[in-house]
Amino acid sequence: MSAAAKSTLVEVFDRHEKDLLSTWMDLQLRSASSRRDLINDAELREQSSQFLRLVREAVTRGDIDNFESPAWAPVRELLTTISQSRARQGFTPSETATFVLSLKEPVFGRLGQELRGDAGALADEVWRATVLFDSLALITTEAHQKTRERLIAEQQREMLELSTPVVQLWDGVLGLPLIGTLDSARTQVVMENLLQRIVDTGARIAVIDITGVPTVDTLVAQHLLKTVAAARLMGADCIISGIRPQIAQTIVHLGLDLTTVATKATLADAFALALQRVGLGVSRVARG
Amino acid sequence: MAIVRTEKLPLQNPEDVVRVRQMVRAWAVEIGFSLVDQTKIVTAASELARNTLVHGGGGTCELERLEVDNRRGLRLRFVDQGPGIADIEQALKDGFTSGNGLGLGLGGSRRLSNEFEIRSQPGAGTVVQIARWK
Amino acid sequence: MERIPILKMGPFLLVSIQVDMHDRLALTLQDDLTERIVRDRARGVLIDISALEIVDSFIGRMLGNIAGMSRVLDAETVVVGMRPAVAITLVELGMSLSGVRTALNVERAMDMLQASVTTSAVASENEPANGHRPD
Repeated sequence: MSAAAKSTLVEVFDRHEKDLLSTWMDLQLRSASSRRDLINDAELREQSSQFLRLVREAVTRGDIDNFESPAWAPVRELLTTISQSRARQGFTPSETATFVLSLKEPVFGRLGQELRGDAGALADEVWRATVLFDSLALITTEAHQKTRERLIAEQQREMLELSTPVVQLWDGVLGLPLIGTLDSARTQVVMENLLQRIVDTGARIAVIDITGVPTVDTLVAQHLLKTVAAARLMGADCIISGIRPQIAQTIVHLGLDLTTVATKATLADAFALALQRVGLGVSRVARG
Repeated sequence: MAIVRTEKLPLQNPEDVVRVRQMVRAWAVEIGFSLVDQTKIVTAASELARNTLVHGGGGTCELERLEVDNRRGLRLRFVDQGPGIADIEQALKDGFTSGNGLGLGLGGSRRLSNEFEIRSQPGAGTVVQIARWK
Repeated sequence: MERIPILKMGPFLLVSIQVDMHDRLALTLQDDLTERIVRDRARGVLIDISALEIVDSFIGRMLGNIAGMSRVLDAETVVVGMRPAVAITLVELGMSLSGVRTALNVERAMDMLQASVTTSAVASENEPANGHRPD
């Protein structure tokens, strides 16, 4: 690549930043992927001008071909930040990538004007610009993806906590009705939550009801037993209720030792036992 | 895999064991482990540090902060030039006695960690390495 | 030499472990408690571990030892305030602490200690003249 051609792309960013920005903004405001329902024009202009400014600084300061170099760090950081906030706002990865890619058109247009008559140099510079924009666009896709994954994980956790609430059945007696299929990760979260609630309420007994759990595998059963052991270490007892015939069979087949854990077929029986253990009973009120 | 940070601590007296616990805790917090995971690795570190001191005649604990594919991890290596362990399998099996705590350190540390490695030979010292990933 | 303070409250001894103990300190506590149980003729020991962020096998053994020794000396021990993360880790470690009574908070622990004192008081009232204690 000739030295003269090498500086053309750099020059385009350096000398024509204002023009580029205005052409680019026009383009974006006309395009549906700009999602003007999610972001207002002023913010879009701010993001665009910041991006353009940082790109100009990076190309004039550093190596235009090496995006890992420190000169490009501000650009990478800005793109990551923009992608993260757009991901949370509801943009698709494509829409965010288009933000970067749409700058190609004004840049190619400008290159065409500057290198009119030098087809070879123009082809080189267009290629150089393409590599640049594609790499930058991929940064947005990566960051977008990661943010979405984190968002989904957060929502899953919230749903977990909502779907397995620990309830106070009576003074000092907690109930944890488990519903649905339990996997190892979910069970751990739920159990840690239960132990914390035991501390918070000073409960003496926790009734873990598994009526709503269709199957129990070894891992889940082990978590349950570990939770019971941990609660006991802390000073509270657990009763497991709602063990259906199929689960009872599974437990026996798996060779699990439940001899140290109180178990009851129904939540009602478990509650009665819990009351007994804390020294309470239920008596009929005399009719007046 | 990148080793982002490393530090070596001596294990020559009981206070050193406490120092190791505190540093492992600090690093675990920095990496962002959940409270339960922090507790697990600090407890494992305490067990292994004590083993190094009491059975290994003293040694070192090296902490390494790891990063792989955006995953962060904490690796600990306990080294001593002590008598070594003749029967590792036996040592890993819990408790030469039951449940009162004796002999739980090695097997317990394995259960508390995501990764566990041990190299030991009579007369050639012992190296135990554990890691936990976020 | 640094020691963990032991407070006397009526027939009971109270210990609150607030520091990250090294092994020597733990052993000193064990010795001190045993001595105080005898000296003060204590009927119960309350050990508050709510400030402990970790309990490893050594500390666990210490608690077990204290419980065992105090029982031989006719005192009950109750360990109070174990944190959930600590409990989960102890289970994974394989420690059952089966000889150790535990309570979630001090109120509950005091109830337990009072109850055990009352039971032995009743038992000693029923002691036959030849001094043979029923078990």
